Amino acid sequence: MDKKNFKAWLYLLPAILFLGLFLVYPLIDVFIYSFEEGYNFASQTYYGVGPYNYSYVLHDTYFLQAVKNTFLLVIITVPVSTGLALLISVGLSSIKPLRELYQTIYFLPYVTNTLAVGLVFMILFQKTEYTDGLVNLFINWFGGESVDFIDGPYWAKMFVLCFYTVWVVLPFKILILTSALASVNQDYYKAAKVDGTSRLRIFTRITLPMISPMIFYLVITGFIGAFKAYSDAVALFGTDLNAAGMNTIVGYVYDMLYGDSGGYPSYASAAAIILFAIVLTITCINLLVSKKHVHYS
Amino acid sequence: MEKHIDYEKIEKSARLGRNIRKVLVYALLTFWAVIVLFPFYWMILTSVKSYGSYNAEHVPTFYTLAPTMENYLDAFTAVPLARYLGNTVLFAVITTAIMVVVITLAAFAFARLKFRGRNLLFTLFLSLMMIPNELVIITNFVTVTNMDLRNTFTGLILPSVTSVFYIYLLKENFEQVPDELYRAAKVDGTSDLKYLCRVLIPICKPTLITIVILKIIECWNSYVWPRLITDDPNYYLVSNGIQEIRENGFGRENIPAMMAAVVVISLPLIILFLLFRKKIMEGVSRGGTKG
Repeated sequence: MDKKNFKAWLYLLPAILFLGLFLVYPLIDVFIYSFEEGYNFASQTYYGVGPYNYSYVLHDTYFLQAVKNTFLLVIITVPVSTGLALLISVGLSSIKPLRELYQTIYFLPYVTNTLAVGLVFMILFQKTEYTDGLVNLFINWFGGESVDFIDGPYWAKMFVLCFYTVWVVLPFKILILTSALASVNQDYYKAAKVDGTSRLRIFTRITLPMISPMIFYLVITGFIGAFKAYSDAVALFGTDLNAAGMNTIVGYVYDMLYGDSGGYPSYASAAAIILFAIVLTITCINLLVSKKHVHYS
Repeated sequence: MEKHIDYEKIEKSARLGRNIRKVLVYALLTFWAVIVLFPFYWMILTSVKSYGSYNAEHVPTFYTLAPTMENYLDAFTAVPLARYLGNTVLFAVITTAIMVVVITLAAFAFARLKFRGRNLLFTLFLSLMMIPNELVIITNFVTVTNMDLRNTFTGLILPSVTSVFYIYLLKENFEQVPDELYRAAKVDGTSDLKYLCRVLIPICKPTLITIVILKIIECWNSYVWPRLITDDPNYYLVSNGIQEIRENGFGRENIPAMMAAVVVISLPLIILFLLFRKKIMEGVSRGGTKG
């Protein structure tokens, strides 16, 4: 028996080692860091213990800007992307010819490098001395004024960031919703047809309740994902996000850790913990709301 | 007679309604397909325009009559794109290989071996899935820096060689293999390791392939950890490479050459996706999270 035990642990040893060193230990350590005041990265010393790091971060204008950007991004992209994905998935499941082709096309953004394709969005939206760029060409066609979406006004930069984020997250949502729609029991639809139920009523009374667990799953993962937004912003506005005024909370954490403004793991830890307090709160609210509105069969 | 005409009328208007709806649906789907595909078209188009002709365009043009491959040459000679690609391939292959070994051993232990505390340990493992990467990356950065592993492949690879989710996925799959096979192997005196390699792995190959592909995609696109851990361009992966090219790449604003680099970086994954479309989409819908 003992030999058997020993052998099993041997099989698990590599996994336990890696997880312990790079997942469990850091999780504990990040809380310790966040309370060590005046931590010096080079000499690894600190002179006090207390909540100063949190108060520093909460009073940092860059952090407040990052919080504002992140919240705007979340509030805009989660409903827009979920709604759009629902619309497209319902459309997809109502057609037969070309369906596979559309599905393949819609999934492409999932497998592309966010940083690389972000550059394409940058040149599409950017206005330089040489050219106003393609998007501005369209705007001009409809009689609008050219706007610089990359270095221009705040709303324009926010718009590109949201647009790119939706473009990036949609493949996953469409995939999940189309398979949810395909798994709805067809008998319900047949029964509704016999009763002569209208299409709208079928959608709101059968389709939506049946796929509501999946929609809810997408809303939760959407919230979590959008709160952690970072590389989309880097792709569009470059690595110095603070200068562009487009930093996100995760971006703030990394900037505190490393780079020109880096070297402060304590501030980074405090900011990261604040972020996850926010995410946890929102997820709990989501769970409470879902209890009332989601239909689990 | 009257009734008959009425019936035809209803039928006709119903068919008209159906057709209108169909046209609308296809219009919507095509519209989004264009939005998805257009950036890809634009990056390929820009990458074959010459530097001079691109910069002479005050109004962007939607086609080019004189495509050139010169930008691709620039992308490989003026910046170390080949090195970035090589680094990324090496990183993806080694990380995936080590991870497959680690998770297979762990999944096997959870699925087939009986030992004290198995259920408790497995629950602990599952609860680890909830730890967000952003929280642990700070300490990992400090750990790797203190171990003097910055700007090394070891430092890049180490934190990403285990995945609780894939252990879970593989364990579920291993458990679907009938117990009788294991007992028969035991009667024949086959060792556990041999049973794992000769029986379990071949049976569960489809799941393993899905895991490998998803991991390779993840490695190819990873940006944050490589950025923290490497500042020597010799160790840049493609994501950091493209950022480097953007910020101080060709010595001047050379957008066509930059787009050529973007095409080269994007192409491998797109080919991989087209080859394994079904597997990737199935795998992602089972456990991918992005967005």
